Amino acid sequence: MIADEIVNKLNDRFTDLGLECKVDKGHAVAIVPVDNLAGLLKSLKTEDELGFNFFMDITAVDWQEREPRFEVVYHLYSTEHNHRLRIKTNVKEGQDVPTSTGLWSIADWMEREVWDMYGIRFSGHPNMKRLLLYEEFKGHPLRKDYPYDKQQPLVEPTWPVRETQAKMDDVKIHRP
Amino acid sequence: MEMSWKLKEKPPYQSAVDRVLGWSRKYSIFPYPFITACCGMEYMSVASSHYDLDRFGAGLPRFSPRQADLLLVVGTVNHKLSPVLKRVWDQMAEPKWCMAFGACASVGGPYNNYAVLQGIDKIVPVDIYIPGCPPRPEAVLDGLMKLQEKIQNQKHDLFWK
Ligand code: SF4
Repeated sequence: MIADEIVNKLNDRFTDLGLECKVDKGHAVAIVPVDNLAGLLKSLKTEDELGFNFFMDITAVDWQEREPRFEVVYHLYSTEHNHRLRIKTNVKEGQDVPTSTGLWSIADWMEREVWDMYGIRFSGHPNMKRLLLYEEFKGHPLRKDYPYDKQQPLVEPTWPVRETQAKMDDVKIHRP
Repeated sequence: MEMSWKLKEKPPYQSAVDRVLGWSRKYSIFPYPFITACCGMEYMSVASSHYDLDRFGAGLPRFSPRQADLLLVVGTVNHKLSPVLKRVWDQMAEPKWCMAFGACASVGGPYNNYAVLQGIDKIVPVDIYIPGCPPRPEAVLDGLMKLQEKIQNQKHDLFWK
């Protein structure tokens, strides 16, 4: 299916989930409330006509001053039908997102990465620990309020380290 | 009575010892390649036949720090890896030298962020820095020759303390 067909199909099939579908730059996008996310993902994976059997990526966006603050973005692909879908859901700071490890097992590590970098928890995840950073690390480095050059060394440096921490008030982030 | 095998003062033949040991050590460097990133490609090209590190007596990489003289830190070292680097350095037997290969190992290179150690000299003492991202093989050979010069002109103890 091409992007418009997916959008039409989703609109017909999921009338009760509060979906907001559109085609953005030739790519099908669906925005879904976080409460309905688990049900939507399950249908997308299991229904033959949709058949999204490949969980490509999950990431998040920190919109800092927007409410709700975070946007979690899923990228799905179907190797049978050769079509793709991007799913977005908005979450507040500290709010949990349902895990998708039951559907795609690769989601395990990807969700851990999102927790590591953005501090978004996934409820029902079997092992919600940091994936890339070390356990001693404080904070979540891809949040916009984490100073971009703040370092947390594990080995005590042998001589004084140059002051590198940026003042985040002075940093202007361009937002379209 | 103090029992010590150490020589109390420098023997008169010390300068000859320095010269001989310096000469033999500089031509028998066993490197330990600690390769973490893209600079590793450059190390491979230096080590293989076209540029041939073996001409300088440094052609036999030892993959155990216990047998190595030269710690070659090739590539980006991040904070998560830094205890490993420190440990490898501590495990090497004296006499030992350390080379920071490329911009990342020297100063953190293009990365100034939460993850990357801003130069390995924060945790291990470095004898020679090779700039470049990645350095040309000629630059590496130049660095190696400078290191040999340094070893030749060093004071060497006959009995290492
Ligand atoms: S100095 Fe450049 S080439 Fe070498 S590891 Fe760093 S980024 Fe890679």
